[in-house]
Amino acid sequence: MAVKLPIYMDHHATTPVDPRVLEAMLPYFTNQFGNAASRNHSFGWTAEEGVENARAQIATLIGANPKEIIFTSGATESDNLAIKGVAWMYREKGNHIITQVTEHKAVLDTCKRLEKEGYEVTYLPVQKDGRIDLDDLRRAITPKTILVSIMYANNEIGVIQPIAEIGKIAKEKGIFFHVDGVQAVGKIPVDVNKDGIDLMAISAHKFYGPKGVGALYVRRKNPRVQLAATIDGGGHERGMRSGTLNVPGIVGFGKACEIAQKEMPEESERLRRLRDRLKDGIFAKLDEVFVNGSLIHRLPHNLNVSFAYVEGESLLMGINDIAVSSGSACTSATLEPSYVLKALGVGEDLAHTSIRFGLGRFNTEEEVDYTTERVVEVVNRLRELSPLYEMAKEGIDLSKMQWKTE
Amino acid sequence: MAYSDKVVDHYEHPRNVGSLPKDDPNVGTGLVGAPECGDVMKLQMRINPQTQVIEEAKFKTFGCGSAIASSSLATEWVKGKTVEQALAIKNTDIVRELSLPPVKIHCSVLAEDAIKAAISDWKKKKDGKPAEAPATAPANS
Repeated sequence: MAVKLPIYMDHHATTPVDPRVLEAMLPYFTNQFGNAASRNHSFGWTAEEGVENARAQIATLIGANPKEIIFTSGATESDNLAIKGVAWMYREKGNHIITQVTEHKAVLDTCKRLEKEGYEVTYLPVQKDGRIDLDDLRRAITPKTILVSIMYANNEIGVIQPIAEIGKIAKEKGIFFHVDGVQAVGKIPVDVNKDGIDLMAISAHKFYGPKGVGALYVRRKNPRVQLAATIDGGGHERGMRSGTLNVPGIVGFGKACEIAQKEMPEESERLRRLRDRLKDGIFAKLDEVFVNGSLIHRLPHNLNVSFAYVEGESLLMGINDIAVSSGSACTSATLEPSYVLKALGVGEDLAHTSIRFGLGRFNTEEEVDYTTERVVEVVNRLRELSPLYEMAKEGIDLSKMQWKTE
Repeated sequence: MAYSDKVVDHYEHPRNVGSLPKDDPNVGTGLVGAPECGDVMKLQMRINPQTQVIEEAKFKTFGCGSAIASSSLATEWVKGKTVEQALAIKNTDIVRELSLPPVKIHCSVLAEDAIKAAISDWKKKKDGKPAEAPATAPANS
């Protein structure tokens, strides 16, 4: 059976809007265009109803109370609001924040800015499987620690952190726990109470909702979290985030949550099967390929593989009818290979050869088989072109070579 | 990132892929770059000791499409040239021919280094000095 090209397999970057989500959004662009903050006419009430309905749908997905959902422009803003908001609000209590090295830049760069303001930040290392060591966390906590910020699941390697255990430790010590939930929410079960989460960043477009809308979960009880606002204005969202609400986006966000909740058990199983089919297909036909990060504690739709001796960007170029991404330096603005893979202890040589596959709702078995075939074909072709592969086959130990890299 | 048509053409149909016997006294080998930097080029030339003409050139490259294209182009260009003419090839010539964007200029620099390294390896052999391991050739990045 012929597959339709190009194939999209980069669902950690973004996802298409589900047609059911779009349908729910459409009336809010035209007939129901009101400002949710307009309290004195029906246009406003209709918009507000759409927003409150969505707030409830989002809260239900993560086991929260609707009042604990603050709408934002996306998860980058949510991470900023959570971390800066707690840091500024609780400055008198302490100035120490704990995070870890494979966080998204929205967390890492926010922490770096706070360091410039005089806060102290501990960046926990990760183990070879991509997870933090809970003993490292316990040791890092000081009387000055006010916040722990750890992602639920990583955007490159899909590795899931021991969130419930971290939540327990934070609670014992009376420290707030912020979670970047972007890659996990809507994909795997997330429950803010079971997981002991006090704040969590969510993004709609990572699970078939629209771009430009996200939320921050902010716990109201046991403990109540207060935030200093990062955006000042009309006092929307209980003063935590001013600005007119993106009503159509929020309605779509809510619908995406409702669909995710209903379909998650079946969908995650289906994607896990596709992911394993992709992995098994590649591993059966190629030698010297390596999965980066834990295969057990991993999002069901993620596969991150290093293809030794084949540079990632050249591989992407060869499979240009399949949209995936690479940890290679050449695909990044900085010319540095992936800091996430580096943190795992993956050598820079292998980091340059990594490809991230992110499966999604609309991928099919045929697409997975086509992708496997193309990847195998291009890797074999590029290895024929690779001096490193030739040297390795001659028995030369590449790590012992004197490469000049000044 | 969009690639120029010429880069795509060299990537899809690389010229002169392969290896020459590196112990042959008339073969010069240049191996430049490093795996940790994401680029390694091996460029080999068979040079006629009487005429100094490069009669054969082969390459293998680990690197992005632009690195593959730069080294493929280098083999095309040096073939039939004298050693002196080959040494006159500048990385900027490669940049122009392949329309490389600024972030890919290092690929062309590496290709120029590879040409120089291969010729210098050949000269060393010819002058009767003990052959060195090719990986000590000058590299960039």
